[in-house]
Amino acid sequence: MNKTEKNQLQKLACKVRMGAIEGVYNAKSGHPGGSLSAADLFTYLYFREMKIDPKNPKEENRDRFVLSKGHCAPGLYATLALKGYFPMEEMKKLRHIGAMLQGHPDMKGTPGVDMSTGSLGQGVSAACGMAAAGKMDHKDYRVYSILGDGEIEEGQVWEAAMFAAHHKLDNLCLIVDNNGLQIDGSVAEVGGPEPIDEKFRSFGFDVQVINGHDFDEIEAAFHHARTVKGRPSAIIAKTVKGKDVSFMENQVGWHGTAPNAEQYETAMQDLNRVLSGLEAE
Amino acid sequence: MAEMVKKATRESYGEALAELSEKYPQVVVLDADLAAATKTGVFKKACPDRFIDCGISECNMVGVAAGLATCGKIPFATSFAMFSAGRAFEQVRNSVGYPKLNVKIVGSHAGISVGEDGATHQCNEDIALMRTIPGMVVLNPADHYEMKAAVKAAIEHHGPVYLRLGRLAVESFNNADDYRFELGKGVTLRDGRNITIVATGLMVSRALKAVKTLEEQGIDARLINIHTIKPLDRELIIKAAKETGKIITVEEHNVIGGLGDAVCGAVCEAFPVPVIKVGVNDVYGHSGPAVDLLDEFGLNAGHIVEVTKKALQK
Ligand SMILES: Cc1ncc(C[n+]2csc(CCOP(=O)(O)OP(=O)(O)O)c2C)c(N)n1
Repeated sequence: MNKTEKNQLQKLACKVRMGAIEGVYNAKSGHPGGSLSAADLFTYLYFREMKIDPKNPKEENRDRFVLSKGHCAPGLYATLALKGYFPMEEMKKLRHIGAMLQGHPDMKGTPGVDMSTGSLGQGVSAACGMAAAGKMDHKDYRVYSILGDGEIEEGQVWEAAMFAAHHKLDNLCLIVDNNGLQIDGSVAEVGGPEPIDEKFRSFGFDVQVINGHDFDEIEAAFHHARTVKGRPSAIIAKTVKGKDVSFMENQVGWHGTAPNAEQYETAMQDLNRVLSGLEAE
Repeated sequence: MAEMVKKATRESYGEALAELSEKYPQVVVLDADLAAATKTGVFKKACPDRFIDCGISECNMVGVAAGLATCGKIPFATSFAMFSAGRAFEQVRNSVGYPKLNVKIVGSHAGISVGEDGATHQCNEDIALMRTIPGMVVLNPADHYEMKAAVKAAIEHHGPVYLRLGRLAVESFNNADDYRFELGKGVTLRDGRNITIVATGLMVSRALKAVKTLEEQGIDARLINIHTIKPLDRELIIKAAKETGKIITVEEHNVIGGLGDAVCGAVCEAFPVPVIKVGVNDVYGHSGPAVDLLDEFGLNAGHIVEVTKKALQK
């Protein structure tokens, strides 16, 4: 990827973060931490990787995306808005009564949302189903799903992983947002799913461990995943929870808390600084 | 007179666990990465050695609780109702209910009043699910004092119990000094003769307001608080059916399978009278502020008044 392309993606990711903060702030609730850590992954998937058309969100040969860690909907919604599925204005109504954008993804009401999620651990199974359907129908679409590293404590994730490998779902690519934090503390303290890469490998996945904020590494990983045949892929993306908002970075407390007016200003200043830095490049 | 407390029952739950921890050393509290929200964190602080964070693995948590119970512990397996009663339903049925183990399943953030998280987190089915498990005691306390008493009663009752907690702060209407909680016994809060309102949980304080409004309008409604949905106080309800005729049930739960159906079952068999159910009408909720959602779904005093008046006209 050349410098201009990379710069463009970085700017988009920054706007995803701004959109997510905007939404959570207006809703006075929601999950900023994990939305920010996954922002670069959302951006790459929607702007570089996936074969999709925002004007035709239900096109049957499109690539599919399942946000298994559904609480990070603000990040996904901001990405979908930037991509053109709906106006960014909708972010202001996030979680309000009658809003298109529900607290957790709702495939019935939001264009671009392929699966309703929110109960952790269930999305991967649905992604497996989508991938299996693609195989049955000899379609060449791919299925992507982002999971939390806390989320993978759910046993169902491993039932799905076993299924995916057993059925040789090489059209499935799981991305673990490995930010190291969940709600009650660090993932290491609470649940201990590490080493995550070894687990997926032993389940029969092709596994890559990357820096989830480095677009060169993200690109290389997705390119490689496309070449894998006969087994599913897992990309373990090392990330920072609360990325690019100074007071949220690596803070457990910012998992599911909305910023107040003052914190909102600071967060936006932080992100604007990142954006102007990128614009100056 | 004790102080008037306005508190969510989940907070009272956490407090009660911590306060009772010394008296009941067998109590062990489990959570699944929601200790801050379910307020088990308060117990964790008091007794770190008797607290287990299972991580995000509710089915496993319930199984672990079953194992602890076989070794003499009294585990409180806690998460959001959607996950402890919902996701782990089969583990509750087969690993706790069937062997009749001394496990307390706790469902916090129950009902529509979870609010903004929306439909995936608004559990309006837990009472129905837990009620169908043979031998399961189902508790849905209405205010601070009732919750504290219910936690104690759950510890002292040997066998499986489901305890429902709310996220939204509710004004207490009970009084610490004179409040007597008896498992399986309903509480008559107002002794009217025109009609009976049977309410549970969060909705009791709202029904209390409705009864006051009805009184101002010359309607003498009886109000019964059912904190124990199972075993149901059939005697009290059948007596009310005989004395007042029609019954209105009020719950923050699907009208299918909850308090309303339990009451229907009781009167239907013993003394049939019309039962009109106020609750979530077999639909999913959606995101929004808790109080606004309660209004939207008709779970407020005004709606109870309306329904009651309409029932009396018929
Ligand atoms: C089955 C289930 N249990 C519990 C929750 C509550 N919950 C929401 S987010 C979360 C922590 C998730 O941590 P992680 O997967 O690491 O996500 P991230 O840090 O990326 O936000 C929990 C326990 C849930 N949504 N679903």
